[in-house]
Amino acid sequence: DPEDVKLDLSEDEEGQEESSELLGGQKPTGGFWTFEYYESFFNVDTVQVLDRVKGSVLPLPGRNFIKHYLRSNPDLYGPFWICVTLVFSVAISGNLSTFLGEMGNPSYHYRPQFHRVTIAAVVIFMYAWLVPIGLWGFLTWRQGTERQIGGYSFLETVCVYGYSLFIYIPTSVLWIIPFEWLRWTLILVAMVISGSVLVLTFWPVVLVTIVVLHTLLAVGCKLYFFQTAVHVPTPDPTTPSTHITLATKLS
Amino acid sequence: MAAAEEASRPFAGLSDVSISEDIPVEGDISVPVGSSRRDDEFSTLDEPVKETILRDLRAVGNKFIHVLYPKRSSALLRDWDLWGPLLLCVTLALLLQGGAADSDDQGGPQFAEVFVIVWFGSIIITLNSKLLGGTISFFQSLCVLGYCIMPLTVAMAVCRIVLISGSGNVSFAVRLVVVTVSFGWSTFASTAFLADSQPPNRKALVVYPVFLFYFVIGWMILTFSPSQ
Repeated sequence: DPEDVKLDLSEDEEGQEESSELLGGQKPTGGFWTFEYYESFFNVDTVQVLDRVKGSVLPLPGRNFIKHYLRSNPDLYGPFWICVTLVFSVAISGNLSTFLGEMGNPSYHYRPQFHRVTIAAVVIFMYAWLVPIGLWGFLTWRQGTERQIGGYSFLETVCVYGYSLFIYIPTSVLWIIPFEWLRWTLILVAMVISGSVLVLTFWPVVLVTIVVLHTLLAVGCKLYFFQTAVHVPTPDPTTPSTHITLATKLS
Repeated sequence: MAAAEEASRPFAGLSDVSISEDIPVEGDISVPVGSSRRDDEFSTLDEPVKETILRDLRAVGNKFIHVLYPKRSSALLRDWDLWGPLLLCVTLALLLQGGAADSDDQGGPQFAEVFVIVWFGSIIITLNSKLLGGTISFFQSLCVLGYCIMPLTVAMAVCRIVLISGSGNVSFAVRLVVVTVSFGWSTFASTAFLADSQPPNRKALVVYPVFLFYFVIGWMILTFSPSQ
């Protein structure tokens, strides 16, 4: 079965990379209605996942995330659980920061604010899936029919986007610290790191789009989930982005 | 004709065979019906209802004890049932009601939300472990994850009792300790049952979602604030 057997037994890294590029990615076995089809997206070990997470936090110039870390074995484990963790870390940390900000206020009564989890889930999962779909569609349209050579599969795009969101998890936890300058510094650092991972992978075609969308997500999360003492019950009219409008409309 | 005679000759000696009257020939020709024996073992239609309920209750209680003292036993995995998880989920969801009820928008989780988080979360974790190559069956995993919520449900009950006496810093510290201990207990108990069914190089990938699941439930319990 040509799909299953990879005859390259050599330890030669270059050789492996060559063959994997030629194959253009793993072909999942079975149709999309079988369990095995989805099993092929979870074919990773603990070490591999940790390695990919490390790669998303330390983007080195010249290291294309897809080519260096994924090596045509993209997985859905990382993107999915990073998104889930991010949803809860943003909602919980935002709740904690609101609580810490209002601690001196005698009229404040603590609220768990569980509706924030739903909003965070919608926003983050939409970002992690719709943006890669758009990006992949755009790149594929540009490549035309030569999808295998130099183009990325849809799964690889989703995978790199999912892993690039990892840096926001520790950032959201650190946002509990109630210093505005620290929060804006953290958000800048996170955006740079996360954006670099994406830019180094998809350079240079969609640089501007990636930066803009990433900025919108980060700033939107910060403004909505980490509101400071000045409560703004109505949506901020100066923010033009649809992401933020969507988030505040759902509240 | 000759062939028929030839064929009948091997049996020629049998024509003289007769059963001696000295040997009593008696016996039971009826075929022992094995199904009736099987029916006695497995047919529970005829037993009193009380016995049926008690047997299920005993099975559920047995699993509760297994969760309290988790050791790698296959009993809990083999005879899975979902009564225990349902009971625990309903209890937990009911205990999480009645808090900060004046503003539904910013209050605690609704009854349905707790249900969704527990069951949907368990299903997702089970799917995750199966996709990673786990050998545990779907319902067995649901059973284990549901039963291991028990320490957290007990913690919720304790928290509500503590909250009756007051909601100051001391009560918060007590609740924090109780919830942390029970969260650790739940995670430890469920991984004791689930870890064996995973290939060793992917154990952490399966344990982390379980950790996250019980952490979120623990968070819901800890942040429960009573209505003023």
